[in-house]
Amino acid sequence: MNTPAPIKAQSCAHSPVLKERGQREVFCGLTGIIWLHRKMQDAFFLVVGSRTCAHLLQSAAGVMIFAEPRFGTAILEETDLAGMADANDELDREVARLLSRRPDIKQLFLVGSCPSEVIKLDLARAAERLTTAHAPHVRVLNYSGSGIETTFTQGEDACLAAMVPVLKESQARELVLIGALPDVVEDQAITLLSEMGIGPIRVLPSSRAEGAPEIGENTVFACLQPFLGETTAALERRGARRITAPFPFGEEGTTLWLRAIAEEFGVDDATFARVTDAPRVRARTAIDNASAALRGKSVFFMPDSQLEIPLARFLTRECGMEAVEIGAPYIHRGLVGPDLALIPEGPRISEGQDVDVQLDRVRTARPDLTVCGLGLANPLEAEGLSTKWAIELVFTPVHFYEQAGDLAGLFSRPLRRRAILEQGAAR
Amino acid sequence: MKLTVWTYEGPPHVGAMRVATAMRGLHYVLHAPQGDTYADLLFTMIERRDHRPPVTYTTFEGRDLGADTAGIFRDTCRAAYERFVPQAMIVGASCTAELIQDDPGGLAETMGLPIPVIPLELPSYQRKENFGTDETFFQIVKALAKPMPRSTEVSVNLLGPLALGFRHRDDIEEIKHLLAQMGISVNVVAPFGATPEHIARLGAAHANILMYPEHAEAAARHLERVCDQPYTKTVPIGVGATHDFVNELARICGVEPKIETTRLRQPWWSKSVDSTYLTGKRVFLFGDATHVQAAARIARDEMGFDVVGLGCYNREFARPIRTLAKEFGLEALISDDYLSVEQAIEEAAPEMILGTQMERHIGKRLGIPCAVISAPVHVQDFPARYSPQMGWEGANVIFDTWIHPLVMGLEEHLLTMFREDFEFHDDAGASHHGGKAVAPSAPTPKFQERAQDTSSDVMVWLACAEKELKKIPFFVRGKAKRNTEKFAAERGMSEISVDTLYEAKAHYAR
Ligand code: SF4
Repeated sequence: MNTPAPIKAQSCAHSPVLKERGQREVFCGLTGIIWLHRKMQDAFFLVVGSRTCAHLLQSAAGVMIFAEPRFGTAILEETDLAGMADANDELDREVARLLSRRPDIKQLFLVGSCPSEVIKLDLARAAERLTTAHAPHVRVLNYSGSGIETTFTQGEDACLAAMVPVLKESQARELVLIGALPDVVEDQAITLLSEMGIGPIRVLPSSRAEGAPEIGENTVFACLQPFLGETTAALERRGARRITAPFPFGEEGTTLWLRAIAEEFGVDDATFARVTDAPRVRARTAIDNASAALRGKSVFFMPDSQLEIPLARFLTRECGMEAVEIGAPYIHRGLVGPDLALIPEGPRISEGQDVDVQLDRVRTARPDLTVCGLGLANPLEAEGLSTKWAIELVFTPVHFYEQAGDLAGLFSRPLRRRAILEQGAAR
Repeated sequence: MKLTVWTYEGPPHVGAMRVATAMRGLHYVLHAPQGDTYADLLFTMIERRDHRPPVTYTTFEGRDLGADTAGIFRDTCRAAYERFVPQAMIVGASCTAELIQDDPGGLAETMGLPIPVIPLELPSYQRKENFGTDETFFQIVKALAKPMPRSTEVSVNLLGPLALGFRHRDDIEEIKHLLAQMGISVNVVAPFGATPEHIARLGAAHANILMYPEHAEAAARHLERVCDQPYTKTVPIGVGATHDFVNELARICGVEPKIETTRLRQPWWSKSVDSTYLTGKRVFLFGDATHVQAAARIARDEMGFDVVGLGCYNREFARPIRTLAKEFGLEALISDDYLSVEQAIEEAAPEMILGTQMERHIGKRLGIPCAVISAPVHVQDFPARYSPQMGWEGANVIFDTWIHPLVMGLEEHLLTMFREDFEFHDDAGASHHGGKAVAPSAPTPKFQERAQDTSSDVMVWLACAEKELKKIPFFVRGKAKRNTEKFAAERGMSEISVDTLYEAKAHYAR
């Protein structure tokens, strides 16, 4: 096996990190509900918050595809702010009404927001109370998606971490994959691993409550996403052990991720090669085709989803790009360390944000591509800089071999488009 | 506490952002957590703005709460001033900051910034976005506009157009055309494109045109009091309303009402025989009060539609909308609860909805065509082409927009005639909508669910009657079914035959 040796001294693993504290231009953790509610088909996410929270969910979702989606906001009103007892009664009433209208709901998440946290509404106690009230049909859990505690993808982390303590105990030696991915990619991962003889494989979150994985000291788990630090800690507290690897983006990331699991389960080289050789070649071909426009170009990551470091690894090592700055809202070294160690030294690594100062750096560097949030993309385009909306990287299937070309394509499309329009204008 | 799925209006500070983003040289410092920065994308994505909204958020975090959030506000305020050097600043709190009671207005005042700093009090737990627009614009006007000598020529201000408005950009141009014909000049347009210096010059106009009452009525009233400027009450959307507007404006400005309608095509388009099929189309109107009020008049008087339901989501205008509904013999629906709007539409079973993007979704689910007439907006509501709602061109645009979702005259008959044709069945839709005809499919689960809900348990449709019912065009089938059931129930019948169906039809025929 040709594991690329991490080039320690010259990798980003030891680069200094620029820590910034200023205005952040990042979603709060509530946003994760947009994809979590699609993944968990018998769950409802009830945000206890303000009109702002409801508006965020609506605006981040972009379109209102669903008549009655499995999420909603219990909007706090003047009267709820007056006295605590009222707010709890009101919450109980709204939950009872909701559950009677939606008998399909088996798991209810009470999601804390900035307002509910500032007024110290105790959602953990409310969840206990409501679990008792609606047992055995519905289990009520709580987590925080508030903007004062979480950024964007940390909401999913908080949600999954909240589920860990109630997972059943098991002594079986089982593999659990952690992270909510589109079904198509999740299935690919399971197929690849199953073909190596690894199984049974469980996933957290499962699409239905009854399919939830069981956890114990013999559980080993692998994260599908780099932002699952709290969930990792919660699983480790239950004795489960994490398999460390780069994240499965691109051909290299996917191979290293699979290999780490294969080694854990004693899969021999021949089997590994039999399962992965063909998709590896396919992935490499697809990346080569899609990344032509990326080679030799520079990229600047604004902090958004914590996917920045693994994606920068993919772009620099597999697509021939040069990273100017890799900004992440939060860097969890334990999780992204292996990716960081593969990125050659050079780019500035930054954590946190002071958006105006960072935009000044973008303007100075004038990168060929800036990966940023939706609030910044058009303004930067208007300044003549090509951008890639970061949120698409979270909403689109981009993991594993068969999506590797698509992933490169997401980054190259803005550059190709600009080139086409410039050529057209010159004709 | 109220469970909300989709909302018509955001929080009031988003209203303030709409005012700030429409203006130039004004900066908004908002005490808010990081997640509230999502609001930027409304402007940069939906409206395709090429600049970030002029808003600096303090983005305080949980760990700051016990410490010095007021200090963070002060630092942010100073840094924003130094970086952007605005002519004036507005400061305020989002819902979270309102709870920690740092008093941004008071803090900013003590900082001694060399520009006007206008504090906003926007109660997040009581009010909504449109209150935020109206109140913010009012506070800016109150702080900056003072009485001053009138311009020598007759001039007016255009009040109300702002960011994320429904066709505000083009309405301004259309009003300017009308004014040019009357020899009235424009003093200031605000908030759209205005600077704080422009706001200070508002007093030079002879009158104000209140384009959008929900965004600028408080400011217009204030200017009437303080600067002695009358303001127009008619919103010139539709042919009749535009005529009235020109006459009203001429009266308050003391000029001749000059009306030049060579570009107006709507009346002839509406009279021409192809439009006969519009007669008595049953429409349901829902949106902001201004646009619903205008649409009701156009629908009835200029399109020949039958208005079967109307309402608005902005409670501030409940009274005029109730009065209007009464005039149409209807009960107004004043609600910001999306599900109750959906229910009302389902019950009224209109042939078309004139609503917001929310009703467009309702229409999709219920299989009812919908044209959008009002905010809240979607990226589709910002077309590249000139597409006003106001004035003569606005009347033309509205005619086109409203009939677009409908199946055209002859096509409607053909659809009925060739009902059994595999390409021409009910679900094929209008030929001008592109997409390919899909094979008749099962109704969406939602609709099915509802259909079952509404069918009475006691009423039995005989097989032949049910077959006959299916021959009725889909856009009136729901109504025919309900009418027949009602007719049968009133006569104590429990079975419906083909005869019952046609007796009911005769009974309800107008
Ligand atoms: S940042 Fe806080 S207040 Fe704003 S939407 Fe997120 S949870 Fe709600």
